[in-house]
Amino acid sequence: MIPPKFDYVKARSADEALAALAEHGEDAKLLAGGHSLIPLLKLRLSSPSVLIDIGEIADLSYINDGGTHIAIGAATTHRTVAHSELLRAQVPLLAHATGQVGDPQVRNRGTIGGSIAHGDPASDQPAVLVAIDAVLVARSATGSQREIPAGEFFRSFLETALAPDEMLVEIRVPKIPGAGWSFQKFNRRAQDWAIVGVAAVLDGTSAGIGLVNMGGTPVRAKATEEALAGGASPAEAAAHAADGTDPPSDLNADPDYRCHLARVLVGRALHEARS
Amino acid sequence: MSMVGTRVIRKEDPNLITGRGLFTDDVSIMGTTIMAFVRSTEAHADIVSVDLAEARALPGVLVVITVDDLETQELPGAFMRTVLAKDRVRFVGEPIAVVVAEDRYIAADAVELVQVTYRPLPLVITPVEALAVGAPLVQEALGTNVCFEVPWPQEQIDQVDRAFEAAPRQASTTFHSQRVHPVPMEPSAILADWGPDKLTVWASTQMPHGLRNCLSSFLGVPQHQCRVIQPDVGGGFGAKVQQYPELFLAPILSKRLGRPVKYVQTRTECFAIMCSGRDQHHEIDVAFDDDGHILGLRSLIHADLGAYPDLPNSFGMPTLTNWMSSGCYKIPAIVAGYKCVLTNKTPQSAYRGAGRPEASFLAERVVDLIADETGIDPAEVRLRNFIPTDEFPYKVPHAEVYYDSGNYPLSLHEALRLCDYENLKVERDRRNADASEKLMGIGFSTWVEIAAFGPRGALEGFGHIGSYESAQVKIQPDGTAIIATGASPHGQGTHTTLAMIAADELHMSIDNITVRSGDTDTTPQGVGTMGSRTAAIAGEATKQASIKVFQNACKIAAHMLEANPDDLECVDGLFQVKGVPSKTIPWSQVGWAGLSPTLLPDDIPAGCLESTVFAEPTGFTYPAGAYVCVVGIDRDTGHVEVEKFYSVDDCGTVINPLLAEGQVQGGIIQGIAQALFEEMVWDSAGQPLTTTLMDYLAPAASDVPSIIDGRTNTPTPHNSLGAKGIGESGTIGSTPAVVNAVVNALAQYGVKNIAMPISPQRVWRILNQAQGA
Ligand SMILES: Cc1cc2nc3c(=O)[nH]c(=O)nc-3n(C[C@H](O)[C@H](O)[C@H](O)COP(=O)(O)OP(=O)(O)OC[C@H]3O[C@@H](n4cnc5c(N)ncnc54)[C@H](O)[C@@H]3O)c2cc1C
Repeated sequence: MIPPKFDYVKARSADEALAALAEHGEDAKLLAGGHSLIPLLKLRLSSPSVLIDIGEIADLSYINDGGTHIAIGAATTHRTVAHSELLRAQVPLLAHATGQVGDPQVRNRGTIGGSIAHGDPASDQPAVLVAIDAVLVARSATGSQREIPAGEFFRSFLETALAPDEMLVEIRVPKIPGAGWSFQKFNRRAQDWAIVGVAAVLDGTSAGIGLVNMGGTPVRAKATEEALAGGASPAEAAAHAADGTDPPSDLNADPDYRCHLARVLVGRALHEARS
Repeated sequence: MSMVGTRVIRKEDPNLITGRGLFTDDVSIMGTTIMAFVRSTEAHADIVSVDLAEARALPGVLVVITVDDLETQELPGAFMRTVLAKDRVRFVGEPIAVVVAEDRYIAADAVELVQVTYRPLPLVITPVEALAVGAPLVQEALGTNVCFEVPWPQEQIDQVDRAFEAAPRQASTTFHSQRVHPVPMEPSAILADWGPDKLTVWASTQMPHGLRNCLSSFLGVPQHQCRVIQPDVGGGFGAKVQQYPELFLAPILSKRLGRPVKYVQTRTECFAIMCSGRDQHHEIDVAFDDDGHILGLRSLIHADLGAYPDLPNSFGMPTLTNWMSSGCYKIPAIVAGYKCVLTNKTPQSAYRGAGRPEASFLAERVVDLIADETGIDPAEVRLRNFIPTDEFPYKVPHAEVYYDSGNYPLSLHEALRLCDYENLKVERDRRNADASEKLMGIGFSTWVEIAAFGPRGALEGFGHIGSYESAQVKIQPDGTAIIATGASPHGQGTHTTLAMIAADELHMSIDNITVRSGDTDTTPQGVGTMGSRTAAIAGEATKQASIKVFQNACKIAAHMLEANPDDLECVDGLFQVKGVPSKTIPWSQVGWAGLSPTLLPDDIPAGCLESTVFAEPTGFTYPAGAYVCVVGIDRDTGHVEVEKFYSVDDCGTVINPLLAEGQVQGGIIQGIAQALFEEMVWDSAGQPLTTTLMDYLAPAASDVPSIIDGRTNTPTPHNSLGAKGIGESGTIGSTPAVVNAVVNALAQYGVKNIAMPISPQRVWRILNQAQGA
């Protein structure tokens, strides 16, 4: 529970953070809320030699109306996202799901950018972003900026499309005020990560369904989405929720049980999203 | 008005909730160094080599040692264990070497630089593995993995066999009270400062005097030069009674370095090496008749003690289970025995309830089994088997155990009333027939336990100096009181409890009383806080010492009032002749006179307003109660929710209902945790898988119900307060109520038993199989 030695750089702007990242290269890690990174350091599972603190950068913490989408700064805390009136009105699924992350302490410090960049398939927000086709904006010290569709961002367990010198700066979520939605999180204790979770948006027969903790990355329940598009009933479609997934096994659940939970929770999500 | 029986707010709280508590880690002395352990990564292996060179060379490292550098190597109070591993390791986490450095960070880095090479050995993780023919031996010198055994006595075997032959019906079953682990907010912590003239130790312990006595003999330092201070302690739950390596190494290394040495355990270390609890496997046969009367019981326990039992606590746990295995039922013939088994796991020892939760689980599951077999309502089976109220003191047939007092039907009837049982049953049957509703189950536990350890000889057998507890009441010159007790509370609110008892006997405001504990130099010899003993025994000591002091105070006041002491009373801190409030002497004048000889009557010596009493109870007490648990089960996911929990406790006289409720609620939640959430898990290679609070599912407030509580009062004859003890009741009573409720809800699927913790996956399997069939 004692981290190894590291140097600490406090960045005051996104540019400063990127410059520091370029300077220290692969030995450096960005530190946002620290709620994923600090536990790894304390258990000595990660040992970067430099931490670049982006937690208090004002130009990375915002929620702006971008016309067809809402733009969220990467260092915006879970609490701010969960309480945002703009998000509650335009992308209620994201605001609600963020309110289910961990407990109040976690939500007060943890950031949406940290949660996305960490790439944990058990986290809540990644599945939401995948379900609603969000776009992630990354920038590097060279000044280049690229937009990565959420569906292409998560590569494998804790691996993302970000290059070592890149920082996630913004999350763009499409406005979907009228769509039906549901977020289902199944766990044994309220503050825990989901054993399985489901983020669903539904507009007529067009559905976006993201699954939490059903593989190495957040995944879409493609077979269910296709079944719905083909006119299947929600119950019929939900029966395909686990098709093509490769869920993990741990003390809480083996793959069989996770597949079952995915089917049950997708069924409930579709039911709730329709009503 | 009497304080006892009222909801007095804790005297302890203002400090704690304003951050002014002083815990061991808060104590800072100039020059303090930090100790850290190199721990085994293997569950069973020979240590081929330990290379300390790199760690020793790290700047800021002061000393790095292994067991070879210790003069005395054997760990006191442990079974075949050295302070640091010698030649062989026997569980993951076992300390192999110890580092002291200038700060915590250097110490942690140095630990990583110590190179240990192992030659892995075959290992055993469960009693079944450990008892198999040709099993690897945890202690080769012992020649067996059974380290202690209490076989079935022949005459009991014969008696029970006869009962079974005559009985119309019988049933057999097995239970496992799984390993659970204490999660005190503050893990183990110690600061040792061995100066030129004395050793001072601050420790997060449950028994400062016991620790002082043990350190003194181990280290060869006389007791007057060995002081143990127990500052605020963030919970113990029985796991801070044991003698851990750090408690001896910190003083030894402090002496060697001439500097204070501090060790503060991390949470992961706490899971790896603090003693865990339970882990008993039960094989049960029960004989009964068609009316649900229990006629005989056979019980055989395999207790999994891990690699190094803590002596003699670990061996004693199943003894307590055996003693209490008939619960509150009159069972004519019982035979009970056990085997203690060594495995390559963390040592197991006392954990809140200590042997009795396993017993109540056994008894309460057995009664439900009989209810299920006979089709008689479980509440009715209980009523038919309760020890009749007029048969106390009641001796159990299989041990020298005498239940002091009890009224079990009263508690159960009160619980049935509280929960409105008849309507609950209607509700349950309606829900279980309606597939759109959650399944519902109702579970009972009418448990009894053994507490207030104990009468003369009770704790001596567990290695303690005595079974008493002490209190010293000292009136100050201004008439206020300081009470020093040998009890050593660590969260229970005992300062409030004792102050209330003293306030009643001294006729003094509770605000004028301060209670001190946890310092071997300034409190009378004590035994410690454990075994639900403090209210009953330290409370009694406080009461008797206060009475003595008050009698002398009356003599002094009478002298001042020129009256007869027998004619005096004390009202709101003012002494007066009974019914004559016009002329009064306040406690302040009496206190001053007590230490100012010219004001004293000739036959009263100075200092007469001080008294120290060691209270020795005349017997154990047997708190009991009736709990009802209502669960709802999600038919699709298998998730179990405790929807309602009703508790009726009978702990005799309640000193402070607020504190009693706190103990009951916390205890019940710990019991629910065992039923539904918690388990220490090791994989087949002996690696613990539950070493963080992410994996070890200690529940939080939102995961447990609020508890609807009731109470009955059957005082104990063993102390003048009538108090039985309440510290462990909730933990002992609640687990079987939850499991009985789940089994009740799943009965329609043919379920008769279910393993703990009852995870949603486990329940889903059952539901899934039932639907497949
Ligand atoms: C007790 C507890 C319970 C939790 N429960 C949940 C839960 O139920 N659901 C859930 O989803 N999460 C949960 N979390 C995780 C929590 O949401 C974390 O806050 C989040 O995953 C990481 O965000 P952070 O800001 O804390 O990131 P940090 O820990 O600071 O960083 C995480 C990783 O992302 C990198 N990083 C951070 N920001 C950026 C950026 N802008 N660009 C590139 N890389 C970046 C860091 O270098 C690091 O590798 C829990 C955490 C805890 C401690």
